[in-house]
Amino acid sequence: MATKQIIHGVFGDEVPMMEACKKLRASGIRVKDVFSPFPVHGLDPVIGVPRTRLAICAFIYGITGTSLATLMMWYMQIHDWPADIGGKPNWAYYFNIPAFIPITFESTVFCAAHGMALTYLLRCWLVPGAKAKNPDPRTTDDKFLVYLELNDEQAKKADAILKDNGAEEVNYKGTLYIEPAY
Amino acid sequence: MHAESEIRDPLILGSKNYRQITDDIIAPIEGKAAKGWYVLLTICALTFLWGIGCLAYTIGVGIGAWGSNNAADWAWDITNFVWWIGIGHAGTLISAVLLLFRQKWRMAINRSAEAMTIFAVLCAAIFVTLHTGRPWLDYMLFPLPNQFGSLWPNFNSPLLWDVFAVSTYATVSIVFWYIGLIPDFAMIRDRVIKPWQKKFYGLLSFGWGGSARHWSRFEEVSLVLAGLSTPLVFSVHSIVSFDFATSVVPGWHTTIFPPYFVSGAVFSGFAMVLTLMLVVRKIYKLEAYLTIKHIEYMNIVIIVTGSIVGVAYLTELFIAWYSGVEWEQYAFLNRATGPLAWSYWAMMTCNVISPQLFWFKKIRTSIVATFLLSIVVNIGMWFERFVIIVPTLLRTFLPSTWNTYTPSFIDIGIFIGTIGMFGTFFLLFSRYFPVIAQAELKTILKQSGEAQKKESANHSHAHSHAH
Repeated sequence: MATKQIIHGVFGDEVPMMEACKKLRASGIRVKDVFSPFPVHGLDPVIGVPRTRLAICAFIYGITGTSLATLMMWYMQIHDWPADIGGKPNWAYYFNIPAFIPITFESTVFCAAHGMALTYLLRCWLVPGAKAKNPDPRTTDDKFLVYLELNDEQAKKADAILKDNGAEEVNYKGTLYIEPAY
Repeated sequence: MHAESEIRDPLILGSKNYRQITDDIIAPIEGKAAKGWYVLLTICALTFLWGIGCLAYTIGVGIGAWGSNNAADWAWDITNFVWWIGIGHAGTLISAVLLLFRQKWRMAINRSAEAMTIFAVLCAAIFVTLHTGRPWLDYMLFPLPNQFGSLWPNFNSPLLWDVFAVSTYATVSIVFWYIGLIPDFAMIRDRVIKPWQKKFYGLLSFGWGGSARHWSRFEEVSLVLAGLSTPLVFSVHSIVSFDFATSVVPGWHTTIFPPYFVSGAVFSGFAMVLTLMLVVRKIYKLEAYLTIKHIEYMNIVIIVTGSIVGVAYLTELFIAWYSGVEWEQYAFLNRATGPLAWSYWAMMTCNVISPQLFWFKKIRTSIVATFLLSIVVNIGMWFERFVIIVPTLLRTFLPSTWNTYTPSFIDIGIFIGTIGMFGTFFLLFSRYFPVIAQAELKTILKQSGEAQKKESANHSHAHSHAH
């Protein structure tokens, strides 16, 4: 059975932390995650975080909103009960498009914003009652934590790299047992 | 990292580090509230209660309790609605438009400005809900299947557009605000010691951990939400102005209304942000984060939007004359010289003249002057909506329907009550929620912190000497 060690490299500043991540990657060590009190710009490509596709989701939710509003107004105002209010009949959808633009726009924004927000919360599993995801509570204050899961040989290498690049602490947080792949 | 020019004023004063930012933002939550906080909260809560009383009375006996009459069938209700919605606009502008423009100074104020937006929209909602007369039937505003032979609302009506615009605006603002709050709640959760606080903030933080993947998504969500909210800011008040502009009432039926309403909204919203910020910075000792420079930036926005409003007033007068439409001409003559002329001149003084004082650097960097003028601007913007609505409706086409208007005790009570409600909510927010978006603020510390700026300046000088 293979084992992996859980290592927390704790830094007091984002610049050495980033440097350490670069070195780790250069020596072929995978940085599993980094926990930081704020978004560290430029870190994603260093540790190999792919670009999020949430914006694409937002676009899809948005056009869904546009379609829903169009369908709703066509059905209610043109098809189901074309009321003639103030001598302004509702004969055809294209006839009324100018008056339908505001609600179509609002519905687009409504669906895009709420759809994306909901997707974001669920994708990150940010829900009421969820357990705190940071392994060390200081990472929401002023510490930057490089989270590694490595075998003994890599761990030794990583330990040196972390310490050489100004890690304030290197904590060993136990062992993970990896089931061998069949 | 991008270095920032030394000429730019620092946005975080003193020599702060990440830990100190945490400490300063959490201080009001961990510590005991100041006496002033309790005094203000009591005053606000009592006025809120008074407002609830007047509100209950209105629901009990109907809107005949108000001063509105057959001529002025819209009066304080819609005045207050437009005023509150307008105030809300600054929050979205600061958090969305200034985010897209990468204005770093927004980070100290966006959180409380967004909170202000939400509370202002809630106040506005009270008036739109009540002004229909039978608020328990307000569900009919929404396109719900019903037993009346599927009788649908009229999608050609700007009043219905408004229902969609305001509900979208309110809910999107709440989501934008809350998503930004999550990392800060996590910070509080990890810091507080009292068990109930740990539980409370743990629940609110949704289990945030600050992983790199989550931050990357967080930033994308913030950016896209900002992109979506930007047209939303402009559309909401444009649509509110359509409520007037698409009517055939002289003085309302003008194409200038959308831009005029939007700039007026931003104008009054920034004034309200300033009023609140100056109090918050004093009570919670946040002078290092809400600097004089921040106040100056906001005052500059006030000059710009205030001047647009001023130009709009004059354009309206010019076009009324130039159009040759006598109804239009009379509408404006009546506003300026009719029975309610005092409100017109109050509006002109507060909105056109007073913001021009901010051209003087001494005035726009003075805390006392800014505080007083921010209140003057909000009084002026309330009168703007009053002038648009009441004097106009009192003098329409048929002289036999002309009337006078006096607000009733209940009108005043509900309005004062919403101010109390706004104050109560804001005070509770500022005591229990992080008033400054600390996670975002930490990202600009190295470029915009005073000590950090000095250090990097010294460093680069030393560097150039060495060469």
